[in-house]
Amino acid sequence: MTTLSDPPKEGFQLSQLIYDTRYRSMTIQIVALIGFLVLIGWLISNTAQNLADLGKEPSFRFLSEPAGYDINQRLLEYDSQDTHLRAALIGLLNTLLVAVMGCITATIIGVTVGVMRLSNNWLVSRLTAVYVEMFRNVPVLLWIVFIMAVLIETLPAPRDFRGETPTASMSLNETVAITNRGVYVPEPLFSRSLGDVHLFGNSGLRFDVSLDLIAILLVLGLGLFASNRIKKRADSIQESTGDRPTTWYLRLGVVVLPLVALLFALGFYLGYPELKGFNFRGGTHLRNSLIALWLALSLYTAAFIAEIVRAGIMAINKGQTEAAAALGLRSNRIMNLVILPQALRVIIPPLISNYLNLTKNSSLAIAVGYMDITGTLGGITLNQTGRELETLLLLMLCYLIISLSISAVMNWYNESVKLRER
Amino acid sequence: MKKTVFLGALTVAGLAAGAAAAGTLDDVKARGKLNCGVTTGLVGFAAPDANGEWSGFDVAVCRAVAAAVLGDSKAVEFVPTTGKTRFTALASGEIDMLARNTTWTFSRDVDLKFTFVGVNYYDGQGFMVPKSLGVSSAKELDGSTVCIQTGTTTELNLADFFRANNISYEPVPIETNAEGQQQYLAGACDTYTTDASGLASTRATFENPGDHVLLPEIISKEPLGPLVRHGDDEWGDVVRWSLNALITAEELGVTSANIGEMSAAAGDNPEINRLLGTEGNLGEMLGLSADWAKNAISADGNFGEIFEKHLGESTPIGLARGLNAQWTEGGLIYSPPFR
Repeated sequence: MTTLSDPPKEGFQLSQLIYDTRYRSMTIQIVALIGFLVLIGWLISNTAQNLADLGKEPSFRFLSEPAGYDINQRLLEYDSQDTHLRAALIGLLNTLLVAVMGCITATIIGVTVGVMRLSNNWLVSRLTAVYVEMFRNVPVLLWIVFIMAVLIETLPAPRDFRGETPTASMSLNETVAITNRGVYVPEPLFSRSLGDVHLFGNSGLRFDVSLDLIAILLVLGLGLFASNRIKKRADSIQESTGDRPTTWYLRLGVVVLPLVALLFALGFYLGYPELKGFNFRGGTHLRNSLIALWLALSLYTAAFIAEIVRAGIMAINKGQTEAAAALGLRSNRIMNLVILPQALRVIIPPLISNYLNLTKNSSLAIAVGYMDITGTLGGITLNQTGRELETLLLLMLCYLIISLSISAVMNWYNESVKLRER
Repeated sequence: MKKTVFLGALTVAGLAAGAAAAGTLDDVKARGKLNCGVTTGLVGFAAPDANGEWSGFDVAVCRAVAAAVLGDSKAVEFVPTTGKTRFTALASGEIDMLARNTTWTFSRDVDLKFTFVGVNYYDGQGFMVPKSLGVSSAKELDGSTVCIQTGTTTELNLADFFRANNISYEPVPIETNAEGQQQYLAGACDTYTTDASGLASTRATFENPGDHVLLPEIISKEPLGPLVRHGDDEWGDVVRWSLNALITAEELGVTSANIGEMSAAAGDNPEINRLLGTEGNLGEMLGLSADWAKNAISADGNFGEIFEKHLGESTPIGLARGLNAQWTEGGLIYSPPFR
C-alpha cells in the first residue's frame, strides 16, 4: 500500500492562462489594461500628430508673454502688460473668491431652509418647499443671467445720481451706492498703515500681503484665545464649586479692547464712495457680475443643501427628539444639541459634492462677464494665443486641484464628526 | 495577418483624422453644402431675417462661395459663432470658412494658422456714447465703464488706447453683441466699443438712434475678411477668387441685372469673358465649373450691390463707401486681375 504524499508535478503551460480558473481573471484584466493603455496612447499620439501637422506643437511659453488685456475685478494688482500667467492667477483668485463666498452663503441658507421645511408651521414649510423646487428645477445658468438682468434693468445708473434733481440717491446715510454697475460700500482705510510685504519679487505670481491685515488677525486670534482660556477657567470653577462666575464682560473686553486699540493706533477710518466723473470712486466696488453669480450659485446650491439637511434630520430616529423633550430640553436646544450633531454624519458626505458642484458651476461666470479663471485663461488667453489644448489642460488641472482640496478639507471634517465606535 | 489589418485600420483612422484638414473643396462638394461661420447676429453683416433666412454683407460672401462651388447659393449651413468660439470652430473643421467680420492680424495669420483670403471691409474701432453724456472725444473717457466683446482684437486695442493716453477705464466683458446692446442701453456701461461698422449697425436697431453718437476717434485698423485654415491652398484659392470675382464684377460693371445677358455669349471685353467663363478655362483651374463666377455674382449681386443692399446709405445702417469704395473711386477695394 502506498499513499500519494505529493500532488503530481506539472509544468506550467501557457494554455493555463486561459483555461485555468486560477489565472484566467488575471489574464483578462492584464489584456484589458493593455488595450486601455494602447487606446490612450493612440489618442495622445494622434492628437500630437495632428497638432504637429497644423504646425502647433504644444508649448507653454505663451504663459510668460504679455497678456495685453485688462481685467476689471482684480484682487491683486494687474495691468495689461502683465503676463498671461498673472492673468490666469487673477482669474483663479476670482474663482476662489466666488466659490468661498458661495459655499458659505449656500450653507447658511441651505441649513436654515432645510430646518424650516420641517417646521410644523404650514406657511413656513410650504414657502420653503416652493423655494427649493423653484431653484432646484431651473438650470443655474438661467438664474445667473436672470439675476444679472434684474440688477442691470431695475437699479439706477450712476448718471441718475447726478444733476440738480437726481432720480436716485445713496442709501444708508449717504454711505452705500447701489447702482446697476454694482454696489459701492465704504472701505476700511488706515492713515498710519504698516505697509505691505511683497512676496515673489517681480514674477507673475507676486503678491502683496497687508501688514495691517496680519496685525488685525493676530490680535483677534490672541483675543479669542484669551477669551477661551477665561471660559475654561469658569468651567473648572463651576465644576469644583457649583457657582459659575460672570465672565461675559471679561470675554468680550479681551477680544474687543485690543482690537479697538490697534485700529486706533493704525488710524482706522472709512473711505466712502463718491460720484466722480462717470462712476463712483472710492469705497469697495462689488460688481454686478460678482453679485449675480454669487447670489445665483448660493441660492441654487442652497436648494440642494436644504434637501440634504432635511434628509439628514429625518434620518434621526424620532425617539431621540422625544427622549430629549422628556429630559425637558426646549425645541431649539433639541435641534442644536441632539439632532444636528447626529444628522451631520449623514449630511456631510453629500454636502461635499454640493460644494464641488458650486465651485465647478462658477465657471459659468462668463455668462455675466465675471472674469474667473475660465474667463481669463480659458477665455481671452485661449482666444488671443490660440493655445486651446494647453490652456484647457491647465484649466482642468486648476479645477481638479481646487476640487481635490475642498474634498480633502471636508473629508477631514467628516472624520471629526463621524460616529466614534468604542 | 489579422494583426496587420488591425494596425492598418488604426493607421488609416489616424491619417483620416489628420487629413481632415486637407481637401476641403472635395468635402464641400461631397457634402453638397457649405458650412460657413458667421456672427450670432449683427444686422447688416449677418443676421437671420423674419423668415429665418440669413442675410447680410458677410452672409453674401458665404452665398457667393456656395454658388461658385455648388452652383446653389442656398446650399449654405450657417453656423453662428461668438468672438470666442469662431477660431476653434474653424480650426476643428466644424466650418469650412469663417466670414464673421474678423480682423486680419499677424498673429491670427501666422500663429493661429489661418489664411485670410482678402479684405471685404476696411474698418476701424470706434466708440459709441449716449448724446446726453456730453462727451465729444474718446480721450475724455477717463474713468468710464466700457462694454467690450471678449475674445476680440478690440479688447487689446482698447487696453492699448487707454494705456497710451494714460487714462483709466473699467472693462465690462460681454459675450455677444446683443448682450452689449442690453448693458449699454441700460446704462451699465458708459460707452460701447467695437468696429465702427458694428456700432453703426447696432445703433440702427435702437429705438432712438439719434440719441447716440459715434466718437470721432478711430483707434485701430481693422481689415475684416473671410478666412480659411492654413495648409489647404486649393480651398483658400476658391474662397479668395470668389471674393475677387465679386469685386472685379463691380469694377467691370457686371451686375446681377446684366449678368444673364453678358454670360450668354462672349462679349467685347476679354476680362469679362474670362471672368464669366465664356473664354479661357479659369473655372477648371480652380476645380470648378466654367460658370462659377457667374453663379457667385448672381447669388447676391456684385460687391457694390451687396454693400448697398446690406450696409449702404439706403439701409438703416447707412454706411458710406469711404475706404470700401473701388480703387478707381478713391477706395481700397482692389482685386488682382482675372488672367
